[in-house]
Amino acid sequence: MTIAVIDYSMGNLHSVHKALQHVTDDKVIITSSPDDILNADRIVFPGQGAARDCMNELHKRELVDVVKEVSQTKPFLGVCMGMQVLMEHSVEGGGVDCIGLYNGTVQHFTDHIGATDAAGSRLKIPQMGWNQIRQTQNHPLWKDIKDQARFYFVHSYFVDPDDKAIIAGETEFGIHYPSAIAKENVFAIQAHPEKSADDGLQLLKNFTQWDGQA
Amino acid sequence: MSLAKRIIPCLDVDNGRVVKGVNFVDIRDAGDPVEVAARYNREGADEITFLDITASSDDRETTVHMVEAIASEVFIPLTVGGGIRKVEDIRTMLNAGADKVAINTAAIHNPELVREAAEYYGSQCIVVAIDAKKVSKEGEPDRWDIFTHGGRNDTGIDAVEWAKKMAEYGAGELLVTSMDKDGTKSGFNIPLTKAITDAVNIPVIASGGVGNLQHLADGVLKAGADAVLAASIFHFNEYTVGEAKAYMQEQGIEVRI
Repeated sequence: MTIAVIDYSMGNLHSVHKALQHVTDDKVIITSSPDDILNADRIVFPGQGAARDCMNELHKRELVDVVKEVSQTKPFLGVCMGMQVLMEHSVEGGGVDCIGLYNGTVQHFTDHIGATDAAGSRLKIPQMGWNQIRQTQNHPLWKDIKDQARFYFVHSYFVDPDDKAIIAGETEFGIHYPSAIAKENVFAIQAHPEKSADDGLQLLKNFTQWDGQA
Repeated sequence: MSLAKRIIPCLDVDNGRVVKGVNFVDIRDAGDPVEVAARYNREGADEITFLDITASSDDRETTVHMVEAIASEVFIPLTVGGGIRKVEDIRTMLNAGADKVAINTAAIHNPELVREAAEYYGSQCIVVAIDAKKVSKEGEPDRWDIFTHGGRNDTGIDAVEWAKKMAEYGAGELLVTSMDKDGTKSGFNIPLTKAITDAVNIPVIASGGVGNLQHLADGVLKAGADAVLAASIFHFNEYTVGEAKAYMQEQGIEVRI
């Protein structure tokens, strides 16, 4: 079995790679080769930084169609920006069209929240740190992870899918926003499982054992 | 339920060993960085900060290997600081497995480095470390300057103004160390930290002076810090990270348990 971590020079792939190697004996490769990606058994699609740069890099490497294809055929894990660009459009940087696997948009926190939450705590952007995920779907990737477990987040934008049924987890940061989505062979999470200690490693382990059925 | 306040043990590393001194002298050995980091991870640390205080740049290679070793075993965010002078240094540390880099003196000499690094790698991985010392006289309103060289050189730059400028330049987070308090175990410099948390809208890590668990809680409750950093209270097993979290939770602070 081979797990391909898609490299489009956006973000710290080494962390994802090291964490996967920690939880599986399967071969884990970091690659931007369409053939390697199409031949792999599982796909991890990470990402960090700005949506526009991500899309530019994916286009430059002719990976948009490849990502679209494997996201419909193999167990597929999107992480952080790798979740956001699955949507149709992001408002980031004046607006950028994304991969469009799911109908919906990527929104900026500042357009939806105030300076503090209901309890009076300041909401600083980016949200940086450990927040809870309420599991809104039963899913094999949540196996052995407690509901409301804390994961490590760093982000200023969040996904807003049209189809609320694909939301798999929800987090509160001034508003309740979708922090995980899942449909068929795809699971995507806004937090960084590779940096979320034992619960994060458990999620990655669950992914390496997942048959891609929801 | 919301975002938790973070507890960050700090490893000051000199020539491949964890050390901690009072005001950067009288250095005491506290162990192997990889083992110490793994212990903190087991105790529930929210992040680890690794500050390379090795004087000579010849030993930078040692630091890179150490960061690689920590990142292969510890799956929580890792910040690396010390000796970060140019964009290539940032790339080296991120490739070695760091999630964030802390830029200190280099930002003072070349503030554009912060802007450039934030644009290229994203603000989320750029921490600006601010070493501040009180310069106002008795009876005057509080004023702090940025100091370099372990607190010996006054740059003449106002710490609060500098914090605002660094946030504008794209810093994702500020690590604020009081040089008056560091190593004294008498608690954070609350007025300094609060002045900065009030002035910027990015996360602030309070640092310098922690001697007991109430000090950690005060960093959040009195100074408004988003994260609290401490070294010696954890290195010498005075307290575990778990005890610190339990204490903060009793004080009504949201933490990851």
